[in-house]
Amino acid sequence: MNTTSLKNFFVSFSGIAVLLFLYFPLAVIVLFSFNGDTVNSFPVQHFSLKWYSVLFRDDELLQSVGTSISIALISTAVALLIGIPAAYAMHKYDFKGKKLIDKIVLMPITLPGIVTGVAMLSFFPFVGVKISLTAVTFGHITFLCAIVVTQMLARFKRLDPYLEQAAYDLGATPSATFFKVILPNIKTAIIGCVLLCLVLSMDEIPVTFFLIAGNNTLPLEIYAMMRRGITPEVNAISTLIFIFSTTAILLSMRLNKEK
Amino acid sequence: MKGWLKKYSLLLPLVVWLFVFLLLPYCFVFIQSFLESDSFGKTIPGVSIDSYQRAFSNSLYIGTIFRTLMYAVLVAILCILLSLPLAYWIAFKVKRNKTLLYTLISLPLWVSYIIRAYAWKIILGKEGLLNTFLQWAHITDKPVEYFLYSTFSTIVCLVYILTPFVAIPVYTAFEQIPKSLIEAAKDLGAGSFTTFRKVIFPLALPGIISGGTFALVLTMGDFLSPLLLGGPNTLFISNIVQNLFGTSNDRPLGSAVGILILLLIFLILGIAARSEKKYSSLKSDAR
Repeated sequence: MNTTSLKNFFVSFSGIAVLLFLYFPLAVIVLFSFNGDTVNSFPVQHFSLKWYSVLFRDDELLQSVGTSISIALISTAVALLIGIPAAYAMHKYDFKGKKLIDKIVLMPITLPGIVTGVAMLSFFPFVGVKISLTAVTFGHITFLCAIVVTQMLARFKRLDPYLEQAAYDLGATPSATFFKVILPNIKTAIIGCVLLCLVLSMDEIPVTFFLIAGNNTLPLEIYAMMRRGITPEVNAISTLIFIFSTTAILLSMRLNKEK
Repeated sequence: MKGWLKKYSLLLPLVVWLFVFLLLPYCFVFIQSFLESDSFGKTIPGVSIDSYQRAFSNSLYIGTIFRTLMYAVLVAILCILLSLPLAYWIAFKVKRNKTLLYTLISLPLWVSYIIRAYAWKIILGKEGLLNTFLQWAHITDKPVEYFLYSTFSTIVCLVYILTPFVAIPVYTAFEQIPKSLIEAAKDLGAGSFTTFRKVIFPLALPGIISGGTFALVLTMGDFLSPLLLGGPNTLFISNIVQNLFGTSNDRPLGSAVGILILLLIFLILGIAARSEKKYSSLKSDAR
């Protein structure tokens, strides 16, 4: 081997090594979810689906899945309802403070989660939102607005400007134009956005951590299980979440690319 | 008049929502940091800069802020060191399936934080993968304790979680470098390392800085990794804020520390934006 090919080999090797580093821990979880033993030790001795059956009999865990799904569905729906019209207005009109809204809407993502969490924890009770699953939902709506507005704004920008003009020229009213022309065109982007929102809401911790009372959401239930000690059951639920998130995100990426 | 009305009716729900549930809470933390608390931490009427004075005079607060900053710098550097070969490989060595590889580096970003942190618990634990492997291979004869529940495991986890955040801007920066410049460097007799050091690295510097800043800022605000993987002595500033709003319940002090974290982050972002600009001017000169 001459030096050039040696160098090439070294570069590719280190690149691949880092990529493996990104996936190795996830692969470990998936592997150990099929481990029949209670300890996550090397090498795996027996393979079994034991932990998956334990999982489906764990009422607390199943309840947390239900809680997370309902919070995700409600907050996604509300975020879409207030986010899409706003994104449309921001795309269509020029007005003072547009940049400011853009900055503010992104704050839950750009500022550290801990600050957003304690801020909501301190203030929500003043507007009648007690620390509860309702508060969690309100918190989720707030950060999902950032996702909806940025994703939809990007989609509106790629929309053919003549499309709307043509609708008006043909005598369509503004609302007919929106519902009959624009909405069908952004349908796939909306579905992509919904998937993204659902995944993010179901995985959210920093804000949920401070606002929750009563039943746990799924990630906080896993957090509680982890604190109680490692149960291999966590491997099984993590594997399922990993599969769900990956599928939803890949689908969302695909849908967002479509015209 | 009608257009004006319509525009605002579309915007109003979002604006009201953000005002009530986002801006007011942030403002409230700011106000709360100037309230007073009694010796039990209970908020009492009164306005003062007492909390800030306490934050600055006690090394638990100001010291931890700086220690966290050091950890954050370390995490950012490690993330950059991992991102460079990964991004270089995809940008310059891979010919086909680039999009697939790009998706592969961005995908972990969206996978649940708790799962990615939990994985390190299985790997680094006393009876975990690494320890049992080391014993199985007769490299060590008893488990290495400090792998898990230590500052080490916390840093490993943060580097793992934040590397994609850094790799993406670094990769984008590499892709934007005109291939002709790299060809020119090679034609002038530069080896691949010299080309990297003199051409690629300086041109990609804004991307590297912006990626590193992500890692730095996100580490400053992270309280989960230390909570899940840290040891008794692992203390990040966010954990102190979390405690001040939880068990020790001294909200004015917690708010003051939170505001200090925010100010530090704004300072970091400001410096980063300036240096990104400074080094990207080099880019236009080169073109």
